[in-house]
Amino acid sequence: MNLIISLIIGLLFSASLFLMFQKSFFKLIIGVILFGYATIFFLFTVGGVTKNAPPLLSKANAAVAQLADPLPQALTLTAIVISIGVQLFVIVLLKKVYEKVGTEDLDELNTTDKI
Amino acid sequence: MLSPLWILLTAFIFCVLFWKQHTKIQAAIAVTSISLYLASAVGLFVTVYQSGIQVVQIGNWPAPFGITLVADLLSATMVLISAVISFAIILYSLQDISEERKRKGFYPVLLVMMFGICGSFLTGDIFNLYVWFEVMLVASFVLIVLGNRKGQLEGAVKYVTLSFISSGFLLTGTAILYKLTGTLNMADLSVAIAQHPNQELITVAAVFFLVGFGIKAAVFPFFSWLPASYPTPPVSVVGLMAGLLTKVGVYALIRYFTLLFTYDLSSTHSVLLILAGLTMFFGVLGAVAQRDFKRILSFHIVSQIGYMVMGLALFTPLAIAGSVFYIIHHILVKTNLFLISGIVKVTNGYYALSKLGGVYDRFPFVTALFVISAFSLAGIPPLSGFWGKFILVKAGLEANQYLIVAVSLVVGLLTLFSMSKIWVAVFWSAQPQETQEAVTHTRKSLLKSHYMLLVSSAFLALCTLFLSFYPEALIALSKKTAEQLLDPQVYIRAVLGKNY
Repeated sequence: MNLIISLIIGLLFSASLFLMFQKSFFKLIIGVILFGYATIFFLFTVGGVTKNAPPLLSKANAAVAQLADPLPQALTLTAIVISIGVQLFVIVLLKKVYEKVGTEDLDELNTTDKI
Repeated sequence: MLSPLWILLTAFIFCVLFWKQHTKIQAAIAVTSISLYLASAVGLFVTVYQSGIQVVQIGNWPAPFGITLVADLLSATMVLISAVISFAIILYSLQDISEERKRKGFYPVLLVMMFGICGSFLTGDIFNLYVWFEVMLVASFVLIVLGNRKGQLEGAVKYVTLSFISSGFLLTGTAILYKLTGTLNMADLSVAIAQHPNQELITVAAVFFLVGFGIKAAVFPFFSWLPASYPTPPVSVVGLMAGLLTKVGVYALIRYFTLLFTYDLSSTHSVLLILAGLTMFFGVLGAVAQRDFKRILSFHIVSQIGYMVMGLALFTPLAIAGSVFYIIHHILVKTNLFLISGIVKVTNGYYALSKLGGVYDRFPFVTALFVISAFSLAGIPPLSGFWGKFILVKAGLEANQYLIVAVSLVVGLLTLFSMSKIWVAVFWSAQPQETQEAVTHTRKSLLKSHYMLLVSSAFLALCTLFLSFYPEALIALSKKTAEQLLDPQVYIRAVLGKNY
């Protein structure tokens, strides 16, 4: 199970970075989204990959064999919300850029790079 | 100690209440709140200077279980300089930002960005730092795009993508550190890393943070977003961002590589030294090639960041003191240079060097402001840049790092060359014939219609002059800060209690 998860995280990182290097706006967005997923998934698995372990103890189940770490779950939620905000911004930004520049090719966005 | 944060948050809420129509009320709220922020930053600095490190546990959860806000000398100094710069910028923006941008929410977003910057300086928890970084970054995305000009949108795409990658790397580094040590509190991490049996894995986390903060601080080879996006937004925005955002990245690098990752110097700090040299060199080469006022200044930011990282990488008390001195001096000078480029745009109508000229004849006061800032940046004595470079070079020679000292001196020469390029093209030589019609103001009309621009620029120039002719104060403060940074026990004992 751990091997599969590590492979998935590696695949997400590499796929997202590959997509971010492409010329199309749409692939940039997908790359940004997948990169967010990769880091958040890595953050989540830091808590340990256990099944059916409660994160918080209460009076009912005061003695358990295994406890899931609640902190990475909280960090994951925070990171998901933040990356959704940034993704929304990037989507609207790319729509506006398409309206202004008229092309879908990232290589054409070079007016700011010319001397 | 929380008062700087409360002031900015309340001001933001009030500004949003007056959304869209009442820009004058928004401006008034922004100016008063930034003045109060400046006052509270001065109060915080005096408290930290006299009573030592100040610590606040959020929600009264004891460290290391809760989130801690820590103000040591470096944090308090950075909060103070951010308050000074934002004060100058908010005055400048009163007459610089167009009404259209003000109506679209310039002031609330500016206050949110200052809120994020202040929080980043004050936090003592690595995930909390990531959250404050995001607050600051998203606000800066909005500020760069506000106005929807073509250049702004194009630069924003590059800026947003690279910032998102940097945040991803920060998050990955945080995850690795949490897995290895089980804690997120910086002081507790310092204790845990010192005792950790597997230092190579800690170095892996250190490299992730180096890349993440390096993208933010614009070190080589991650700096390409900066010259692509900084010249495009209006001058108030770029002045604030040039002065503060990259320095938050440098602050985070200093904090992490003096408090946490100090046990594998050959892997972390030697890499930082090489990157610092390359940053200095490539930044100034880029600046020498440009022909546009704001673009030259943007490349200079990259080059001067190299000096600050050089001080950190040398890792001696004098070097880190030089780094702190250089940060303060550079923030003041760089923001002032951008403000002056805005004034020149108002008087002459262009940013391109080939279309400008004759400012010395018509506006000697603006020329004087430029001379103070530009020659301070280049490191000409007795201005403040000279003291900063002198301390760094002396620290480099004492640490026997002759190559980096040679690179820094050559880069200083090239910085002087590019600054004199601007000086000759904009101020010294006559206005070219083709652009004579763009010249609009006389001295009196400029003073009457754009006095705020001159006031804020003169304020920053006065700060630079104070640093130049009385550097003793800042040098003593930098040395005290460096001693506090290089002795993590003081920080740990302040946060975690007396028994560490």
